[in-house]
Amino acid sequence: MRFKAELMNAEEMRRALYRIAHEVVEAGKGVEDLVLVGIHTRGIPLAERIARYIREFEGKEVPVGVLDITLYRDDLSEIGVRPQVRQTRIPFDLTGKAVVLVDDVLYTGRTARAALDALMDLGRPKRIYLAVLIDRGHRELPIRADFVGKNVPTAKNEVVKVKLAEVDGEDRVELWEKEAA
Amino acid sequence: MKHLLDFQGWTRAEVESLLDTARVMAEVLERPVKKVPALQGFTVATVFFEPSTRTRLSFELAARRMSADVVSFAAATSSLQKGESYKDTLLTLEAMGVDAYVIRADAAGVPHQATRWVRGAVINGGDGRRAHPTQALLDAYTLLEALGGLEGKKIAIVGDILHSRVARSNAELLPLLGAEVWGAGPPALLPQSLPGVRLTPRLDEALAEADAVMVLRLQKERMEAGLVNLEDYIAHYQVTEARLKKAKPEAPLLHPGPMNRDVELEGTLADSARSLVNRQVHNGVAVRMAVLYHLLVGRER
Repeated sequence: MRFKAELMNAEEMRRALYRIAHEVVEAGKGVEDLVLVGIHTRGIPLAERIARYIREFEGKEVPVGVLDITLYRDDLSEIGVRPQVRQTRIPFDLTGKAVVLVDDVLYTGRTARAALDALMDLGRPKRIYLAVLIDRGHRELPIRADFVGKNVPTAKNEVVKVKLAEVDGEDRVELWEKEAA
Repeated sequence: MKHLLDFQGWTRAEVESLLDTARVMAEVLERPVKKVPALQGFTVATVFFEPSTRTRLSFELAARRMSADVVSFAAATSSLQKGESYKDTLLTLEAMGVDAYVIRADAAGVPHQATRWVRGAVINGGDGRRAHPTQALLDAYTLLEALGGLEGKKIAIVGDILHSRVARSNAELLPLLGAEVWGAGPPALLPQSLPGVRLTPRLDEALAEADAVMVLRLQKERMEAGLVNLEDYIAHYQVTEARLKKAKPEAPLLHPGPMNRDVELEGTLADSARSLVNRQVHNGVAVRMAVLYHLLVGRER
């Protein structure tokens, strides 16, 4: 793979997430009944950061849950390598809540679709929003994000790498290109 | 892993990975909707050439919780009664498009043989005296839940070890997770040796400072007549409140079932807070969901 460009640095990431935190509160008309659910892996620290920013400017706690969508993937019967399943931890009732699903990159929409199915099995939210740090296009399903950090037009042979301090030791988003086979 | 026949060749990391998956499945079973679509499109057959309650029901429930289709074969109501062979029975299922076969047989080695006859994944649901790997996995899972870890823990297995596939599978699995396994029973019900297990006819020695005690049934269906005298067995080897004082306080009790109350185990103990028997059955579904996931997802079809 060949490095092409930096799409976001740490400061830009902080600003984007801060804006998303404000947009979430605005859309929800406050934080009443609002919960955040991060999708494994990098959606989790992103959800935790959004919750922290909301606490800073609203002075209120928003619960954060963790969702693994592996068991809801639509390709498990044809996939060549078995994906590792991880714990889902949502220690609050989703019924009647406004749920903000948080992920790092929105691409085909299949992860978001799986996440929606998983949430429906866990409760009956009154509303589900989708927040992503990067929307790179190439949707295969009729799914869109409600809150986007940055829209990045990409080619299919490109890879968006989101790096987060909690997981990767630094905050940065990079664009890479796959070598032609 | 292509099949689950026993634990030969397994590494500790592979076992731990499977048990980690089982913990995820256990969370699924706590949800309002206890079902995930992971194995949609797969077909699981339970092929029981020998009677079973827990293992068959547990596997069928596990497969359904994962959205697999399930076909169930029971010898008593099948064409086996008309002389059909095990091999032809399995080939019939193969022709129907089965992806995984859970096989129980009274003869050791039938699941191994089956791997040569069918393309799907074969899971040993218990073969003769030889192995019962998913029982050992759910035992390990239950012990880990109760004790927090197995490294350096002393586990005493008491009873008919000679005829027990559960004892053999636990003898393979528990030391892999760091446990020290002891086996106690009357000399007539002890094998010459059992790799990974310290065998003794002295029950007190096996129970001394044990962190957990696994009690086994006397398998009369596999025994030569007169091998043990029931009164003698109860007098010397029944796990009682008094004998358990040798083990660590609160050491949990396990039993793979079916249980003969007041034979291998004092009836009041079976219902006591120390008994994890129902917990074992509960955990069995999550463990078998994990086994099905590990065997079927990523497999070439």
